[in-house]
Amino acid sequence: MEFGVTVASHGRWEVLTVTGEIDMATAPRFRQRLLAVIGTGAQNVVIDLSGVDFIDSTGLGVLMGGAKRVRSAGGDIRLVMAGARLADLIELTRLDRVLDVFDSVSAAIEDSSS
Amino acid sequence: MTSDPARFDFEIPARPEYLSLVRSLVVEAAEMDSTLSRERIEDFKVAVSEATTNAIEAHARACRDDSIHIRCTITDDRLEFHITDRGFGFYPDQIQVLPEPDDPSRLNFERGLGIYLMRVLSDDVEIHSGPDGTEVSLSIHLASNNSDG
Repeated sequence: MEFGVTVASHGRWEVLTVTGEIDMATAPRFRQRLLAVIGTGAQNVVIDLSGVDFIDSTGLGVLMGGAKRVRSAGGDIRLVMAGARLADLIELTRLDRVLDVFDSVSAAIEDSSS
Repeated sequence: MTSDPARFDFEIPARPEYLSLVRSLVVEAAEMDSTLSRERIEDFKVAVSEATTNAIEAHARACRDDSIHIRCTITDDRLEFHITDRGFGFYPDQIQVLPEPDDPSRLNFERGLGIYLMRVLSDDVEIHSGPDGTEVSLSIHLASNNSDG
């Protein structure tokens, strides 16, 4: 699947839906779109990675950088991943302990635990 | 009886758009062994991609536009990828020590997971680095014995 990022508003949440592979070749576009959303003052951001076939440390770095920026502004950032593969990688790198992970966009935007 | 190893050499331009091609090579090579699970193949694909990413970055830092050498070797019991760049190299004691991945302050560091992923997603990792470049060797063990039978 070709890399792409779309952005949609769901209530108070801005949802970035990413598809394809996130690596050194595509991470700059992902970072640019994410920072653009954060730059608009979005406080609550969901990144839906359910359509992502591959992510490497460059892509994980974009997630960490985005999380840092959103949280330093007092906001909330959540990840959505439906496939076990990406979830395994997030767990392996223990980023699931610093990033909130959900299995669907609806679960992410409906959860009010934080 | 052991078979002769199969060896393939590739030269790829040091550009990020070739990473996807390298990952395809990993999958094609790994699928020659029918015992490797999809999960193991995906793990190794990430590891080789990380090493190739580092090689591409090394050439960019050194302002080199020549190619990166990748050698794939398949033996009876191992699948190996060797990624060689001609960058400036690095020394292990120069690598920044990062907070543990689950430390909240880890979010301050967007880089530094590549070598960690190589180590945990491969069975063996060797890194030889010097002023003329770096060779990273990654391998996974194969359960099958590809003997002539």
